[in-house]
Amino acid sequence: MTEAVSSTDTGLHQPLLAKRTSRRWLFSALLTTAIVALPVLSVIFLAFFPEENIWPHLLETTLPRYLITTIELMLGVGVLTLVIGLATAWTVTMCEFPGRKFFEWALLLPFAVPAYVIAYVYTSLLDYAGPVQTTLREWYGWNNASDYWFPEIRSLEGAILMIGLVLYPYVYLLARAAFLEQSPSLFAVSRSLGHSAVSTFFKVVLPIARPAVAVGLSLVLMETLNDFGTVDFFAVQTLTAGLFDTWMNLGNLGGAAQIATTMLAFVVILVTLERYSRRRQQQFAARDNRDPIQRFTLSAPRQWICVLVCLVPVLFGFLIPGGTLAFYAWDYFEESWNPDFIQNTLNSLFLSGTAAITTLLIGITLAYSRRLHNTRSMKILMRLSSLGYAMPGAVLAVGVIVPLAGFDNWLDSWFREAFGISTGLLLSGSAFAVVFAYTVRFLAVSAGSVESALQKITPSMDMASRSLGHSPGKTLIRVHLPMLRGTLLTAALVVFVDCMKELPATLILRPFNFETLATYVYQFASDERLYHSALPALIIVLAGIIPIILMSRSISNTRSIG
Amino acid sequence: MKKTLAATALAAFTALPMAASADGEVNIYSYRQAYLLEPLLDAFNKETGIEANVVFAKKGLAERLEREGRNSPADVVMTVDISRINELVERDLVQGVESEILNQNIPENLRHPEGKWYALTTRGRLIFASKGRVEEGEITTYEQLADDKWEGRICTRSGKHPYNIALFSSMIAHHGEAETEKWLQGVKENLARKPQGGDRDQIKAIAEGVCDLSIGNSYYYGNMLQDENQREIAEQVRLVFPNAEGRGTHVNISGISLTKSAPNRENAIKLMEFLSSEKAQQVYAEANTEYPANPDVAPSGIVTEWGSINPDALSLQEIANHREAAVKMVDRVDYDGE
Repeated sequence: MTEAVSSTDTGLHQPLLAKRTSRRWLFSALLTTAIVALPVLSVIFLAFFPEENIWPHLLETTLPRYLITTIELMLGVGVLTLVIGLATAWTVTMCEFPGRKFFEWALLLPFAVPAYVIAYVYTSLLDYAGPVQTTLREWYGWNNASDYWFPEIRSLEGAILMIGLVLYPYVYLLARAAFLEQSPSLFAVSRSLGHSAVSTFFKVVLPIARPAVAVGLSLVLMETLNDFGTVDFFAVQTLTAGLFDTWMNLGNLGGAAQIATTMLAFVVILVTLERYSRRRQQQFAARDNRDPIQRFTLSAPRQWICVLVCLVPVLFGFLIPGGTLAFYAWDYFEESWNPDFIQNTLNSLFLSGTAAITTLLIGITLAYSRRLHNTRSMKILMRLSSLGYAMPGAVLAVGVIVPLAGFDNWLDSWFREAFGISTGLLLSGSAFAVVFAYTVRFLAVSAGSVESALQKITPSMDMASRSLGHSPGKTLIRVHLPMLRGTLLTAALVVFVDCMKELPATLILRPFNFETLATYVYQFASDERLYHSALPALIIVLAGIIPIILMSRSISNTRSIG
Repeated sequence: MKKTLAATALAAFTALPMAASADGEVNIYSYRQAYLLEPLLDAFNKETGIEANVVFAKKGLAERLEREGRNSPADVVMTVDISRINELVERDLVQGVESEILNQNIPENLRHPEGKWYALTTRGRLIFASKGRVEEGEITTYEQLADDKWEGRICTRSGKHPYNIALFSSMIAHHGEAETEKWLQGVKENLARKPQGGDRDQIKAIAEGVCDLSIGNSYYYGNMLQDENQREIAEQVRLVFPNAEGRGTHVNISGISLTKSAPNRENAIKLMEFLSSEKAQQVYAEANTEYPANPDVAPSGIVTEWGSINPDALSLQEIANHREAAVKMVDRVDYDGE
């Protein structure tokens, strides 16, 4: 165990850095962070100018309920994603059973289903008029809802299930990568010292995987906290509901910004606590690909349990919603299919692709700068640049409009004064605004995974490269990036899938006559006509599958499996 | 090839105006789904050659308009609910329009005194009652919804929804805050389940036997009757025009406003005039079973069958004025709670 977990002083030895190049990295990190942090800072700025103080009213009335529901929702989703994510990751990594290879990537599929879509699909299946209850009524001869009890899908429990089913892949993905990277000898040592497989899992495997699992879980919790579509549809009143109520119904944007800022602070505290609790751990992986993982050989009944463990999340998270969509798409094909449909797909691919690349490049810049300058202020910069993830999309969109429109109008005034011409709006209301919002929102995903992967590369690599005369930039390109290929691809693809699904910011920021698949689906879904957009909804899901398969292969390739 | 690609990329990444049609264009920020507007905008294009561009979102467009300021490309904003429309006026984002045609087509009570907004359609907020379990004439007013006899028999969507807020605001305007709060508390106590879903879902709930009464906008019912998958459900309820004998039924509007920046001002006014015309109003009436704002146009066939609506004469401005009080009242009585 000491091999992988050792408390040591982190970072590189500063003398290795030439002052000038190092400043260049520092400067670019500072500049990027400043730009990326603008939207979040704008929201915090707005929080200083509320129409009226919203808190006395909230405290007196709904705030306690919003808070309790939010905590219940986060706890529920957190536990559910942890259980599913860890159990499946461990099963496919360590056990041999029929269909294991298939489940390795199939378990990621629910990630491609947007939460608002799965919520609509299950409601249509499980509500009174849906096929499930109709069949039950026919079987038992019930006449109406007062004759029997059926669990209400539109409830807190329903929301936990829906959100948990599509978000557990974050935990699965990161836990599985971490399990694969662990040296099997650790496991063998623990077993030889008399620990059972279960106790080894909790005492050795999980603690080592903890940073990765924590990253996955914090992504899950932040998405849960920001979810509006599902909770609104299910009438579950979380803080986000209070936020939008304050904004839209009371017309108090400043008050809404205050709630958003409070939620942000809540997330920051949570993440800081988690990091603080493992502050003394520094892991450099003994990335030892020579030892193949020895999978357990199990008895037949146990193998079937493994199959079941993996099948259930795939079935409920993907096969049922995907199948239902396919069914509707087939049924309403003529209405779903229209000439704009291809254009919408291209728009989605273009925006998501651009955002994935941008986000990755910025993520690398930040994480590598942090490696070069492992100072407290660099750490704070990293955290600051990742805050966009902790804010509801619609609020972040307003945060994007403020600086962009501000810049446009400033430039326009300047040009009018100097040259008598108007430049109008250049950035606001353009695809740039949308890509910018995506980047700000999902930078946490890419920067986080690049950072944690970089940390696992021992500094002696840098030292060797630098002492051979390479600059930091060249070292990054020749040494780090090739080693990180799998992580980089994964990070880019996760961002890509996330962007394909993104809705609220896209709606507000997009140019005229511009639809992505997600906004197109929303038009109909928000009007209680999901059927009409089943085809594009299915495409969002399918477009997410390709990167998912690639992703899974890149992870499997990190270790030659025996 | 390379050049066009670069041009496309530039056009995509900046808001530079794309090549507009010879007759020009008009830009719309819309709170209503773009596909609902499509037939109207196509007809407008056919008549005038003007190309209409749309951004649809249910929130954030007012903020976008405000921040974009004098350079905003938006010419008109299309909204639903009087309070949303009023907000645009209060935040000084829209300007008045002087138009003979508009003034002729839209009655005075359905437009802003200075032309800062014009209603295009109206919709009644009705009560729907189970045909089997509620006698005809058993309920005739909003006030009766608070009666004890309806305990556990009413379904509604969230009390925070703009349509309910507007109804509660009208109650405040008629009865004052204290009495309305007592009434709302009574309605809350009569609810069969926690408020959820949309207006259609409440009609479905009546068909399912969950409750006997619900509140909803007229066109949802009309749309359900027109949809063959939902007709059977809709036919199980009877619609009631509340307070028809007294002050009249509460109505809300969808409307249109000219923005302050409006770069294509003339085209925008043409669009507004077109949308108020008989031709366009007929489309509104038929496609979405709303009441046309233009009195010369009759509602669609099925809507006429329901009997005529006697709208509450209360000014829409008055309703908007009580919005905040209504929102806070919903919180105080914990209308959306368990």
